[in-house]
Amino acid sequence: MPRLTDKARYWMLVLPALAIMIIFYILPVLGIWEISVTEPDFGFGNYVKMTESNAVKTSFILTFRVAAITTIGCLLLGYIVAYTISNFASRLTPLMVALVLLPFWVSVLIRSFSWIVLLGRSGLVNDTLRDVGLITSPLRLMHNETGVLIAMIHVMLPFAVLPMLANMRGISRSYTDAARGLGASEWTAFRSVYFPQTLPGVFSGALLVFVLSLGFFVTPALLGGGRVLMISEYITYQIQEFLAWGLGSALSVALLIATALVLLVAARFVNLKSALLERH
Amino acid sequence: MKTSTFRIFFNTGAWLVLAFLVLPLLVVVPVSLTDTSYIGLPKEHLSLQHYESYFTSPEWLHATWTSIWVGLAVAAAATVLGTAFSIGCWFLSDRAATIARWVLITPILVPPVVQSLGFYRFWVKLDLIDTYTGVILAHTLLALPYVSISVFAALANLDRRIPQAARSLGASVWQTVTNVVVPAARPGMLTGAVFAFIVSFDEIVGVLFITVRAVNTLPKVIWEGIQENIDPTIAAVSTFLVMITLAATAVVVLRRRIA
Repeated sequence: MPRLTDKARYWMLVLPALAIMIIFYILPVLGIWEISVTEPDFGFGNYVKMTESNAVKTSFILTFRVAAITTIGCLLLGYIVAYTISNFASRLTPLMVALVLLPFWVSVLIRSFSWIVLLGRSGLVNDTLRDVGLITSPLRLMHNETGVLIAMIHVMLPFAVLPMLANMRGISRSYTDAARGLGASEWTAFRSVYFPQTLPGVFSGALLVFVLSLGFFVTPALLGGGRVLMISEYITYQIQEFLAWGLGSALSVALLIATALVLLVAARFVNLKSALLERH
Repeated sequence: MKTSTFRIFFNTGAWLVLAFLVLPLLVVVPVSLTDTSYIGLPKEHLSLQHYESYFTSPEWLHATWTSIWVGLAVAAAATVLGTAFSIGCWFLSDRAATIARWVLITPILVPPVVQSLGFYRFWVKLDLIDTYTGVILAHTLLALPYVSISVFAALANLDRRIPQAARSLGASVWQTVTNVVVPAARPGMLTGAVFAFIVSFDEIVGVLFITVRAVNTLPKVIWEGIQENIDPTIAAVSTFLVMITLAATAVVVLRRRIA
């Protein structure tokens, strides 16, 4: 047997995982492109149907809107938490970190279920408001975009906080201290000295939340109750109700391309390598 | 330094946001103790009937055990494959290795419905639909990115000269990997294994596509329960899982504090 070079030996460590990923994951996902042009007939019929359908257009617009609002909400709320954790050291800081991590580890299904319990027609929020006498008929808090957005922000928030925290840990206090020493107010020092340094963290948080929200299925499906059809649910609907594998695949390809485009655009603002490969 | 409005704003805001994050998880606790047969707060007295129905239901228990052992199998497979992968890439650290690392993290970026569709079509061809092997394989693929990211993060602290020194002192590649690099990667392997288990334990979309009746995981039974009739047993199961997570988070935070 010929002696292997060191490099070949290292490749032998890499190959099993890489081969399994390519054979059982990458190829099947690429296979979707094939289904989209072969079922039910060969050609671009599914794509024509897709671009002509108003329902598809509505679903795509809704998906991007929900993802955008979720991202903005997560950034605003997440920034406040990340900033407080990294700048106002107190005995309670580890508790704050734990409170961010706790929901992160709890199943998305359970978190969505909690929101159903809270926001339903006879949910806890409606019942309480009625018992207090603030409302006479229940408010519609779920099975609409409001409910989906509340639960989506809840589910995605840790994904925004964690990259921002990692970024803020690396920012030295001396810059803001210098600004303060030169007479800037606390607010000015924050706005013109601290905030710009946190942008890399803000952008990676935004990218992560936006990309995950675009393809999210569980929470919109449960809180939307079939009325807020984001594109992922629209795809399963086509496949499970109409067995329209071709159209479902064409929509999947469109969703994949949309995700890839978002990543490409983001690459101009975010260091993708540190945002995705070196995440902790 | 006196407390400024700036500070008050951030501090109050942070606690409000944290309350928004954590309190909704806790609503399942009172609901699980309801004496009614529908979702709601306890009416006349507290009742453990929904816990009883969880712990005596063959369907719920079977699904729980399935999720646990499938999760353990996925954690083992993903940790072994992912660790070998990351160590290999760390040694190579050239362009090809970086591309390989990008390939391995694609499951984080591809929408769950899209990948599940891919799984379904391929699993049909391989006759893996509705089998434990099929579920374990799918979940291992989804867990690999998390293992590789964690192991890589752990290796970032390892000085490259240390394995070089081992090699120049006559250790083989295999000895260097097992005696020098693996110990350094261990914290990342542990995190990765926990991540892998949780990814598998939580996963629903893939399972909905690639299983029918033979394989039932806990998320699948919860999902069907929510879709069909919202039964307070789900609240009991949720409370149980939230409490386990709470305990685990507390242990991790306290240990980090002592360490």
